[in-house]
Amino acid sequence: MVRVKLGSFAFARSGDKGDGSNVGVFVTNAADYELIRRELTVERVKQHFHAICKGEVTRYEAANLLALNFLLRDSLGGGGSESLKTDAQGKTHGLALLEMVVER
Amino acid sequence: MRDKVLIGYGQGFWGDSILGPVRLVREGPLDYLALDYLAEVTMSIMQKLKGRNPRAGYATDFVAMLQRTLPDITRKGIKVIANAGGVNPEACLEAVLDLAKKQGIRGLRVGIVEGDDVLARVPELLRNGHPLANMDDGRPLSAVQDRLLSANVYVGGFAVAECLAAGAQIVIGGRLTDPALVAGPMIHEFGWGRTDWDNLAAGTMAGHIAECGAQCTGGNYTGWREVKDFVRIGYPIIEASPDGTFVVTKHEGTGGLVNRNTVVSQLLYEMGDPKRYLGPDCTADFTSAKVEEAGPDRVRLSGIRGGPATPTYKVSLSYHNGFKTTGQLTVSGPDAAAKAKLCADIVWGRLALDGCTFAAHEKLVEIVGAGVCHAGITESRDPPEVVLRLGVKCDDEDKVDRFGMEIVPLVTSGPPGVTGFAGGRPKATDIVGYWPALLDKTQVQTRVRVEVS
Repeated sequence: MVRVKLGSFAFARSGDKGDGSNVGVFVTNAADYELIRRELTVERVKQHFHAICKGEVTRYEAANLLALNFLLRDSLGGGGSESLKTDAQGKTHGLALLEMVVER
Repeated sequence: MRDKVLIGYGQGFWGDSILGPVRLVREGPLDYLALDYLAEVTMSIMQKLKGRNPRAGYATDFVAMLQRTLPDITRKGIKVIANAGGVNPEACLEAVLDLAKKQGIRGLRVGIVEGDDVLARVPELLRNGHPLANMDDGRPLSAVQDRLLSANVYVGGFAVAECLAAGAQIVIGGRLTDPALVAGPMIHEFGWGRTDWDNLAAGTMAGHIAECGAQCTGGNYTGWREVKDFVRIGYPIIEASPDGTFVVTKHEGTGGLVNRNTVVSQLLYEMGDPKRYLGPDCTADFTSAKVEEAGPDRVRLSGIRGGPATPTYKVSLSYHNGFKTTGQLTVSGPDAAAKAKLCADIVWGRLALDGCTFAAHEKLVEIVGAGVCHAGITESRDPPEVVLRLGVKCDDEDKVDRFGMEIVPLVTSGPPGVTGFAGGRPKATDIVGYWPALLDKTQVQTRVRVEVS
């Protein structure tokens, strides 16, 4: 087991959902899927985004896509057109998740 | 019935590159060209334009795009589906007919789908017991009713199919959903019925994959180093079959990349519960799809399951919600981040001296370059330079404008190394609030009309 960045083996995409963002993350084989299911708990993701996400985190699974989908509520400073933030749509939240270090 | 239909998606949003549709039409075979021009905010802007000019309120980019492509489109018999009508499909129809006339194209059949715009009907709907409460927080519409800017129902693929069946080569809708631009042609070509849930789910999923244009062909892909030739990136083509299976691909010889990863990336975009993707025509289960590579730049999806649509349409309402502005300065090192922080404190301090204060949630300070997008995750303590972004929002337009006047003075009255001020004083602009709601489907009747050039 070595400590590696999630981005060294996983892919992600994010976008806005109301005043929050969604972060989809996926891998390319079953072993890595088990790994992200184990490592990417709601608590850990919420902690990772502590300075960005002010609301609740929800996790969904899509085993056919070897993917997890996270909803990060209240993470856009008001959302869509109301936000003053540079990343008002959460476009970069996927890459932010890929910065997480996990045991692999 | 054709056993294969090619549906290209040439425009992911209003402002996307015109090269998308131009090259889809020119560089290979195509049966349909789908184009999305709308976002939640777009509708309110269009209502405003229409308020000033009854011939405005649609996506003029669409007409500019047709100006370049209409000769190829008519020669090749490509059908075009676009939600370019905005809040004025009628005016868009006339602009397209005018263009055809100017180009000497006769017999072009242009259709519109109407009925999505319910702004004028809001009082009547409320009176008849349709509350249009905010889907996210349950607030009653009365909270913002006097400030409404637009109200549009998300219309699905059957209205598109109806317009095609009426003979339209060009279908112009108002708020057609992005996936409906792809599902509509499939419904029309393959004769899918209103309870063919699995097929409708496949059409919806194909539309979801294609709806952001190049975002499924290598754009915005976190494995970006694998992507060849971003310059000539190919926009997506859905190769649809009557049984609901489809292949995501692009024209041969174009740049970009279509593989399992680029397609799965886009499947996850703006996703909620992947088991229940709600649309006007059906509920799609994204966890049912089998996604497999089927050759270079070809990904096949099969096995997609769907379920009944809900009895309600989603309605997108927008309303005026105060004013905002942002301004920025560049601050060089040494100590760039510390000086930027000081600049921000100076601005708030000077505004307070003049009796102009903002609550914490009305203010924004970003030190771009020191860790803004990934705050708390990847940050830099001492970057060589930063961009300081300051912003405010509130109901008082004068206060927002007053804020805008205190940014440029920092060049001469703050710490050293402040530069990069361009574009004049930032001015207050309207904040458009977004109000999602549900409306019983019995309350909405879409209509189609086809005219000939």
